[in-house]
Amino acid sequence: MNDEELVAYFKTQMQENPDVASAVAAIRTLLEFLKRDKGETLLGLRENLTKAIVKLTSVDSSVAVSSGGELFLRFISLTSLEHPDLSQCKKVMIERGELFLKKISLSRNKVAKLCHTFIKDGAKILTHSSSRVVLRVLEKAAAAKKRFTVYVTESQPDCTGLNMADALRKLHVPVIVILDAAVGYVMEKVDLVIVGAEGVVESGGIINKIGTYQMAVCSKAHNKPFYVVAESFKFVRLFPLNQQDVPDKFKYKADTLKKSNNLAEEHPMIDYTPPSLITLLFTDLGVLTPSAVSDELIKLYL
Amino acid sequence: MAEDDGAASQRLNSGAGVIDGESEDKANISRFKAEGRELSKEEKQRLRKEKKQHKKSKKDDQGKTEEIKGKEKKSTMTSDRQQAQTNLPKAVPALNSFETPVTGDKAPSGKSKAEIRAERRARQEADRASKQVQKGESSVTAAVSGPSKTKAIPSEPQPVVKRLPEHIQVDDPAVLKKLAKKLERQQIPLRKDYGNKVSLFSHLHQYSRKAPLTQQMSIPSTVIHPSIVRLGLQYSQGIIAGSNSRCIALLHAFKQVIRDYSTPQNEEMSRDLVNKLKPYISFLNQCRPLSASMGNAIKFIKKEISNIPSNSREEEAKVQLHESIDKYIEVKIHLAAKAISKYAIEKISDGDVILVYGCSSLVNYILCDAYEKKRKFRVIVVDSRPRLEGRESLRRLVRKGIHCTYVLITAISYILPEVSKVFLGAHALLANGYVMSRVGTSQIALLAKAFNVPVLVCCETYKFCERVQTDSFVSNELDDPDDLIVTKRGETPLENWLEVSHLHLLNLVYDVTPPDFVDLVITDLGMIPCTSVPVVLRVKNVDQ
Repeated sequence: MNDEELVAYFKTQMQENPDVASAVAAIRTLLEFLKRDKGETLLGLRENLTKAIVKLTSVDSSVAVSSGGELFLRFISLTSLEHPDLSQCKKVMIERGELFLKKISLSRNKVAKLCHTFIKDGAKILTHSSSRVVLRVLEKAAAAKKRFTVYVTESQPDCTGLNMADALRKLHVPVIVILDAAVGYVMEKVDLVIVGAEGVVESGGIINKIGTYQMAVCSKAHNKPFYVVAESFKFVRLFPLNQQDVPDKFKYKADTLKKSNNLAEEHPMIDYTPPSLITLLFTDLGVLTPSAVSDELIKLYL
Repeated sequence: MAEDDGAASQRLNSGAGVIDGESEDKANISRFKAEGRELSKEEKQRLRKEKKQHKKSKKDDQGKTEEIKGKEKKSTMTSDRQQAQTNLPKAVPALNSFETPVTGDKAPSGKSKAEIRAERRARQEADRASKQVQKGESSVTAAVSGPSKTKAIPSEPQPVVKRLPEHIQVDDPAVLKKLAKKLERQQIPLRKDYGNKVSLFSHLHQYSRKAPLTQQMSIPSTVIHPSIVRLGLQYSQGIIAGSNSRCIALLHAFKQVIRDYSTPQNEEMSRDLVNKLKPYISFLNQCRPLSASMGNAIKFIKKEISNIPSNSREEEAKVQLHESIDKYIEVKIHLAAKAISKYAIEKISDGDVILVYGCSSLVNYILCDAYEKKRKFRVIVVDSRPRLEGRESLRRLVRKGIHCTYVLITAISYILPEVSKVFLGAHALLANGYVMSRVGTSQIALLAKAFNVPVLVCCETYKFCERVQTDSFVSNELDDPDDLIVTKRGETPLENWLEVSHLHLLNLVYDVTPPDFVDLVITDLGMIPCTSVPVVLRVKNVDQ
C-alpha cells in the first residue's frame, strides 16, 4: 500500500464517518495498511508504519492523529512477538489492532457517562468551537432529563461553532452563539465551562482550538470550573513550556505549512492551555486531575 | 591474653563486686582508646553488657547472681544472634529488647534456668527463621524503624516507632548525649558547635572550619581508614563541594577501603565489612552532614556488600564490589547526564537567553553539550555570597566559548525580563515534589514565576529521596558563620561578632522550592512535571 492509496483510504474514512474522530479514522487506515503490508521483517514493518503515520500527519496536522498513531504502534507491539513466523506475528498484531480500535470507539461513551453527572439541573454551560465529545456529553445529559442552556463561541476563522449550535438545536437544547471576544462578558453568567481537546500533553495541559487559553484564563479569574473532556488516545508525549514551545507542525494546517513562506505571518489554529488553569479532565481512564495525567502517561508509554 | 582471663574472672566474681568490675573495665577501655587501639569485639560486648547490668541491678536485687551467670552463657549465643541479626537488616537495639523480657522471667526451680532459656532461645530462632522466609529481604528502612518489643510473630501489627534523625535535634540534650555515647563507642571525636545560633535554627549543628575534626584524633589513626580521614577533611574544608563530586569521591574512598580490607578470622566479609563502614559514615557525618546523593550511594553499597554470597573468595568478592561501584558511578551519574542532556537540548532553541544559578555540574554539562550541537544561545550566570560558586560556572562556560553575563542575585528582577528560560540544578528531589537546592534557588524560582519565565530543574534519579519537607527550616545545614565576615577597604566590621551576645550570623546552605514554581523536571527517565516524582520513586522501587 503506497502513499497515495494510504491518503485516499484515509480521506474516504473521514468522509464516510464524519462523526468519528480523525484519530480513529487514521488508526483504521493504519490497520488496513498493516493488513496489506508486504514487509518481510518485523523491523521493516514498524518502519513502514512509522512512515505511514508521518504521511498521515502531513495530510491532517492534528495532534490527535500523531498521538493516536504512536499509541496504536505501541499497543500492537506490546505483546510478545516471539513467534518465528512473520505471518503469525502479523496476525497477532492485527488482532491487537482490532482490539485497540474497538476500545477507542467505546471511549467516547465512557467519557460521556462520567461527565454528564457534573451538569446540574438549570446549569449554564460555556463551550468552545465544535467538539464531538462535548456534544456526546450534552446529549447524555439531555437524555437524563436535565435542563441546561449552552453558550457556544463562534470560533473564527472557520466558524465551526455554528455547526455545534445546529447540532444542539436538533437536541432541543437552548443555544446562544457568542462572539469569541465576548467570552469575558459572558463568563459571569455561566456556571461551568466544558471544552474538548485535540491533544493532552504530559504536564496535564491541553492543546485545543485557538481561543481556549483565553477562555481558561477568564474562567480562572471568575473562579468557574474549567472541565476538559478527552479520550485517552489523545495523550501525547509533548511538554510545552509556553505557547512558543508547541511544535509548528501542530499549530498550522498541513497545507498552510507547505504553502507559506513566513510562518510568523500565519494565524495558528491551536493554542496551549497550561494545567494550572484546568480543574478536571474527563477521560475513559477516569476523572483525572492535571497532575495525574503524567502518571497515566507513564503507565501508557513506559 | 592475660587481660582477657582477668576480665573473665572479674565477671565470675561480679556477684559481690559488680561496681568494681565495671570501673576497672572502663579504665582499661579508656586506656585502649587513648592509645588509639581498636576495641576487640569482646570488649565492646562487655561494655554493653555491663551498662545493661548496671541498669538491671538498679531494678531488681533478687536474682542478680543468676542473671549475671545467665548473661555469661548468653555471651556466646549473643554473638551468634548478632550475626543472624545483621543478616536481617535490623538494628542492634532489637537484640537488647529481646534479651530483657527473656532474662526478666523467673523460672520455677524445677528445670535449671539456663535450660529454660535455651529452649526459649531455640523457639525464638525458629520464629525468626520462619519470619525471614516469609518476608524475604524486605526494605531496610521499614525494619529499622519498627523493632518489636514483644513477640516476633509477623502476623501481629507492629507499633512503628518513627525516629527523627539526630542531626536535626541538636537542642535536645538527651539526643546529644546519645550521640556522644555512640561516637564514643565508635571512637570518633565529637565536633563542638561554634558561635551563637539563630534561635529558629538552634536545632541544627553549626561548626567552624578552623576547628577540623582531625585535630582531636591521633595520627596515624587505626580506627578510621586514612582515605576516609582525607575525604572528611576535604568535605569539611569545602575542597570537595557539589552533590555529584561528593558522591563520586565517597565511592572512590570506599573502593580504597574495600581494597585494603581483610576479613578477620571467624568473620563473614558481608557482615563485618558493613559494620566496619558504620564508624566511617559517622565520621564523615561529623565532618559535614551527608547529602541525599551520598545517602543513596551508601544504601546501595551496603546492599551490595550484604548480597555477597558467603561461599565466594575474598578476592573475587572485592573485584565484584569494585565493578558494581564503577557501574553505579558510570550509569547513575555519567550516563544519566548524557540522557538528561539529550532531553534538555530539545528545550533549548536558537536565540534563547538562559539563566543559571551557582555551579551545577549537570547544568554546565548540558549547556556545553548544547553549544557543541550548534545551538545559538547566551547565558546569564547568577551568583551569591558567600560561596560565589557562580564564578566557577562562569569560568567553565566562557572557556567553552559561550556568551555569558554575570550578575549577583540582588539584580535578578532587573535582568529577568530578558530571560527566556531558567535552568536550575538540584541537590535532591523530595517525595512531595519539592526541590532541595542551594540557598537562593527558591528565590529565583519565585521571581521567574512572577515574570512568567519557565523554570526547568535538572536532576538525576539517584538523587530522588523518600523524605518529605515543606519548609527550609526543619532540615538544613548551617555553614561556618565566619564566612560572612568580609574585609573591605581595610575594615572588618563583623570581626568581633562572637563577643556581641545579641548578634547572630546565619549562613544557610540549602533551601526548598515548592513544585508550583517549577514547570518541568528533566531526569534520565524523561521530562516529568514536579508532581510526578513519587511515581518515579515507586517505579524505581519496583525495579530494584
